Amino acid sequence: MKVASRNFAETAALALKDQQLQKALGVIQEGFVAKRAEARAALPEFDRLKAEGKAVKEHALAHLDHYLERFEANVTASGGHVHWARDGVEAGAIVARIAKEAGARRIIKGKSMVTEEAHLNQSLAAAGLEAVETDLGDYIMQLRDEPPSHLIMPALHLVRGEIAETFREHHAELAPDRPLADRQALIKEARKVLRQKFLAADLGITGANFLVAETGTVVLVTNEGNGDLTTILPKTHIVVTGIEKVVPTLEDATTLIRLLARSATGQEISAYTSFFTGPKRAHEPDGPEAFHVVLLDNGRSDLVGGEFHEMMRCIRCGACLNHCPVYAAVGGHAYGSVYSGPMGAVLTPGFAGIDQASPLPEASTACGRCAEVCPVGIPIPDLMRHWRTRAFDDGLGPWPIRFGLKAWAAMAKRPWLYRVGTALAARLLRLLSKGGWIIRLPGPFKAWTVHRDMAAPAGRTFQAQWRARGGRR
Amino acid sequence: MADRPVVALFVTCLVDVMRPRIGFAAVKLLEEAGYTVAVPAQGCCGQPNFNGGDAEGARALAHRVMATFSDFDYVVAPSGSCAATIKRHYPGLFEDGSDDRRRAEELAAKTYELIGFLHDVAGMRRVGGRCAGVATYHDSCSGLRELGLKDQPRALLGAVDGLELRELPDAHICCGFGGIFAVKYPDVSNKIVSDKTAAIAATGAGMLVAGDLGCLLNMEGKLHRQGCPVQAYHTAEVLAGMAGDDEARS
Repeated sequence: MKVASRNFAETAALALKDQQLQKALGVIQEGFVAKRAEARAALPEFDRLKAEGKAVKEHALAHLDHYLERFEANVTASGGHVHWARDGVEAGAIVARIAKEAGARRIIKGKSMVTEEAHLNQSLAAAGLEAVETDLGDYIMQLRDEPPSHLIMPALHLVRGEIAETFREHHAELAPDRPLADRQALIKEARKVLRQKFLAADLGITGANFLVAETGTVVLVTNEGNGDLTTILPKTHIVVTGIEKVVPTLEDATTLIRLLARSATGQEISAYTSFFTGPKRAHEPDGPEAFHVVLLDNGRSDLVGGEFHEMMRCIRCGACLNHCPVYAAVGGHAYGSVYSGPMGAVLTPGFAGIDQASPLPEASTACGRCAEVCPVGIPIPDLMRHWRTRAFDDGLGPWPIRFGLKAWAAMAKRPWLYRVGTALAARLLRLLSKGGWIIRLPGPFKAWTVHRDMAAPAGRTFQAQWRARGGRR
Repeated sequence: MADRPVVALFVTCLVDVMRPRIGFAAVKLLEEAGYTVAVPAQGCCGQPNFNGGDAEGARALAHRVMATFSDFDYVVAPSGSCAATIKRHYPGLFEDGSDDRRRAEELAAKTYELIGFLHDVAGMRRVGGRCAGVATYHDSCSGLRELGLKDQPRALLGAVDGLELRELPDAHICCGFGGIFAVKYPDVSNKIVSDKTAAIAATGAGMLVAGDLGCLLNMEGKLHRQGCPVQAYHTAEVLAGMAGDDEARS
């Protein structure tokens, strides 16, 4: 997976200065956080459901090979085909081959983060194939040639005016003076343009939210209905998804669907929850003639069973992004990876290597809200810390901080040295202050006083004062 | 007096260097609650190293803390994040089944954050301190999410004579401190703390109260830079009647 995550400090600083982006990010609180809280409050058994969801995923991961093979057998039995892709390049080659064999020329796509992860559109373009995104947010992203900035709301970082501008630029065949001020007008226009693409398409690509081993069924959750059109209208349907999406039974999938909708958008259930099993049967009026599932590994099997195993439970609801103070401050693009926010800070180093993404696990105050809202109980801050440890052990990260931590440990484990050091620090800080406040700190601490002051200390440490008073030791 | 349980005060580095008064407030409260307080010569719990990825450094400091504090009846820290480092994270630093793991678990079991200890273990419901004014309380993340401190500080602050407690909207959202985070990503930290100080100012309270000095230094530093006259206090200072008098901050 290609990422650009090494300059998080710079990209984040730019994001903070982007007024339009800051305005767009304002939608998170009302649009996601408040709605999720309502949905959660309305379901007294939410915690029990959460425990069940976690258990379902853990069981599936513990027997991943078994359930993947069952899934494959049942897809095959229902007339479909399963393909295994080690990485994004292989997935791209498989999809391109299927498209060429089917003689497909007009490809449409439903929303899928895995195809973003696999850079599928680029692979298809290299093979001379063009795929049109049909999820509204993804469609806007495609027109703007940008990656999605949120798991479930790709265009979260844009305000309405920017979308209208994009449409005016790219839908040149429409009247230039048409009104595009409100949401409905934008949706109507996208629908009009995309409807032609749907009707003309001969191949549809979607992702999957869950794969059901016992039936070979692919479960897809959407709110726009584009996913269903993408799967039903074209002659060929290709599902591209990750191997960790498999669950044993339909019952298991429904448990997770209940958690997913509430955690993602605060809905009890998404507008469309579709179950696809194999191609169209002889007596059925619609559906694809050919049905393929491409299962992507791309580093997942290395993560299962290891230090980051628990991350494989993730159902991509986006709740951790929505509740993260860092994500809310800078948005998704600053992370330089299709997976952003807390879940992205764990997944990105897992898929791309910690050397490519070491700033991401550090881009967190460890406030723990992500773990609190995660519907499958992933201890995200712990996993981020594991990556920090790997980064530290590998010598990644700025040297002043690395050196500072080592020096601190060396000092603080020797009481006499700690005593001398802290006494000196208390005195120095006192000397740096004026009127009880420090306006500028020296060296690596100057970052503190760029934006805030520091109240000056008393000048003598507590322990020194305690000793002087003859307090019990 | 000899039969009173002995509480070892884990001072925390920030209180030790930056605001010793909080340490004395803690001693006063613990003594009022019926404990003998000892302060063994000590250093850092290792939280910066632990969170910064320096597991070896964190382990070395945990060893030192375990050696210093294992013999006391209780270990109490005026900080949710330092207490949580010992209580929630020390055991995981050592291999399952090892002697160190067992010692870490024993220490974890008797380590508490000060306000939680006073309320839940000591059963404190009334406090002697007086404090005139309006205060708003910020929930520091570690105390709230790792130790479950939410109602205890509010209950005890609510019992302070003369104090009006005004709820801070989104009190449970991080202030943007995050230890090294604040100096590693100063701009992001600044954005988060600015949202927080705006919420604090909007309450109209004259005092900001929290249970972790790191968060307090962050918020009060921002408030001061913004020219907002809100005074920041640790919960212990308010409960001990040491809040409100600025000159006495020693």
